[in-house]
Amino acid sequence: MTPPSTRPRRKNPVLRTRQINLPPGARSRVALGLTAAAAMGRFELQQCADCGAVLYPPREACAQCASVRLRWREQSGAGWLIAGTTLHHSNDLFFRERLPWRLGLVKLDAGPTLMVHLHRDVEVPRDGAQAPVRVTARLDRAGQAVLIATTSEDGRAMADDPILREMSNDPRQRKVLVTDGMTALGQALVRAFAQAGAELIWVGHAEPWKQHGSGLASLAALPAVTLVPLDLTDGRSVQALAGEIGGKVDIVVNSAEVHRTFGIAARRGTDVAKLEMEVNYFGALRLAQAFGPALAGRSADGSANACAWVNLLSIYALANFPPHGTYSASKAAAHSLAQCQRAELRAAGIRVINLFPGPIDDDWNQNLPPPKLAPAALAGAVIKALRDGVEDVYPGDVAQEWFERWRDDPKVLERELALGGA
Amino acid sequence: MTRRGYDGVALAVPVTVPYVRYSIRGAHWFIGQAVRRLCEASGLTKAQLDGLTVSSFTLAPDTAVGVTQHLGLSPRWLDHIPTGGASGVMAVRRAARAVQAGDADVVACVAADTNHVDSFRQMLGSFSQFARDATHPYGSGGPNAVFAFITDHTMRTRGATREDFGRLCIDQRRNALASGGTLFKRELTLDEYLAARPIATPLHLFDCVMPCAGAEAFLVMRVQRARDLGLPHVLLRGAIERHNAYADDPVLVRGGWRVDRDDLFAMADCAPGDIDFVQSYDDYPVIVMMQFEGLGFCDEGDGPAFVRQHRFTWDGSFPNNTSGGQLSAGQAGVAGGFLGMTEAIRQLTGQAHGHAVAGARLGLVSGYGMVTYDRCLCTGALILGAVS
Repeated sequence: MTPPSTRPRRKNPVLRTRQINLPPGARSRVALGLTAAAAMGRFELQQCADCGAVLYPPREACAQCASVRLRWREQSGAGWLIAGTTLHHSNDLFFRERLPWRLGLVKLDAGPTLMVHLHRDVEVPRDGAQAPVRVTARLDRAGQAVLIATTSEDGRAMADDPILREMSNDPRQRKVLVTDGMTALGQALVRAFAQAGAELIWVGHAEPWKQHGSGLASLAALPAVTLVPLDLTDGRSVQALAGEIGGKVDIVVNSAEVHRTFGIAARRGTDVAKLEMEVNYFGALRLAQAFGPALAGRSADGSANACAWVNLLSIYALANFPPHGTYSASKAAAHSLAQCQRAELRAAGIRVINLFPGPIDDDWNQNLPPPKLAPAALAGAVIKALRDGVEDVYPGDVAQEWFERWRDDPKVLERELALGGA
Repeated sequence: MTRRGYDGVALAVPVTVPYVRYSIRGAHWFIGQAVRRLCEASGLTKAQLDGLTVSSFTLAPDTAVGVTQHLGLSPRWLDHIPTGGASGVMAVRRAARAVQAGDADVVACVAADTNHVDSFRQMLGSFSQFARDATHPYGSGGPNAVFAFITDHTMRTRGATREDFGRLCIDQRRNALASGGTLFKRELTLDEYLAARPIATPLHLFDCVMPCAGAEAFLVMRVQRARDLGLPHVLLRGAIERHNAYADDPVLVRGGWRVDRDDLFAMADCAPGDIDFVQSYDDYPVIVMMQFEGLGFCDEGDGPAFVRQHRFTWDGSFPNNTSGGQLSAGQAGVAGGFLGMTEAIRQLTGQAHGHAVAGARLGLVSGYGMVTYDRCLCTGALILGAVS
């Protein structure tokens, strides 16, 4: 079994910080189907709709029957390791800095032979026997899907494999900023990070004078937690905090949002819509500008490197929910901005994780019927997303259903929502 | 329908543009050198080369077409052969049909590549769509990782050992030193071989070829034409090729030679035991062993035992890669797929000075090329005979 990694030693400040080099990120367009699935934590391969053959590497036509009707289908990943190697030489900077590096050749039960990264717990049998393995698709530091074979059983220390850790963003031993500790979600997030072994958790609160009775006091009692003033509507506040802790944060979780429940006609003027935009869009922009470069500069800094950025969006970012119309619009803007941020931070190997929850069980959704997402469940989904290295999360039944409808036909979903709900 | 034989087809004028580790020249420079040497050695003018095949990885964005204008050639028959390590065999097969049919009188077959300090690394990521999508992102070890899998699998399932592969490499080094003109200047001992640094286990340094720059070329023409020109030549007795054979094997355990080898020996009217020397394709020693099996020199799975029974030097019991092969001469890109051809012509025309296989009458040249994903797809082989 993989021994758990120990807490990394404090860095010698005199030594050069390791710079990020990404693994090869070029892919053909058809191969991006693997990435699209891996971004949501799924392992999908092309399957021929005519003859049923499962195919790899990704291609334009079936190798069995030449059909072009190839569909991406989820795979169990069960297979057998038939050969292994340990690289001691690579032509690529990313791998050169991480040698030795293990690779395997896996015969998938579904058919094809896969070249995979090989988890250190998988042993290559010395005789001619084959070892059972499970293959999953992960996003690598370049944000592209790669395959990795692990043993069939799952242990917690498994995530400490150096190869797997390059493909995940496990909060353990990392330093986290949660931008808003005043909300039920923010507090659930802080507790989840503390339980997941985060080394330090900075918790922002926009209005320090309102602490009383907010639950912040019990958070501050947690050993890893430090409360910090942070108001996303105030550029100076964001800059001041970035100046103080920007060079230490490994994971930023922007949970701050303003959520009001109006469409267009129900409320005159633009003050509420402006406030939503001021936090949900401009606040995200201020935060990204202040903290992004510092994260990017430390993205290869040891084993507890800066690695991820989490944006709290909404399933309403995909299609407007008219009863919460201006809120939906602000989340759509934030979603678009997050795509820009993801593209920019990808060059530094920082994973941008976008959360698309349905209604959270909080004050602003009190008039919506269940199912609603419990803050603790969403917090748990964030931890899992970090560990699994995914980048798009649709947590909960409502989000899953909306996402399915949106994938099926965005126009139909628009009409469904206009008629009063999904 | 019975396949037509290669009667009346001759190969002549083997030329080698000496290899250098790195060159600041382009591939066109090496092709130009090869063509000039072909003309000098044959006494033919450029205008008399009315057929041309070109193989090169580093010629981009040009193909054989651009080469004609670059060198001022005006062939009436032209082919660009992109099959890498199998391109020598495939150039011969195509050129042979052209001269038999009269589409060309004399075909110059040229393989050349340059090697800049960084060109090998740059080529790896763009070698094929499958390589870019499904192997390059996995450690970027180039073909080393793929052949490490094949070697690992062969060792664990067939009982091959590092010593077995070492024997092949050591004997090829001896051949290289006997033939001269190699980038390597010293004998290789088994201890050195075994102690070499690991590259991609179980592959170590001396299992891997050294990329370099250079060119190999020869002429294909009718036998009568070669006689008229007074050129020492060899006869093409038979030739096969196969692509993407045994695609359902989860890992490479046998190459495409096996599919067509009976055809090869039937065409050449001989048996494996009649062959005096083999020029196998030696990108990695495991592939050499696989060719011995695939071409019928031993049974499938008996490669390790076969290697232990023989010596592979030019004066050994089973001469293999008598000029040192790529493992000891260097791999000048696609020219590596021509190396066995020029050497076989030299052996059978009395030009293998200092390392001649005694009394050689029949030689087999094998090719293996293009690792697009988990194995090379192109295999080919041909048998050349000395003029009686």
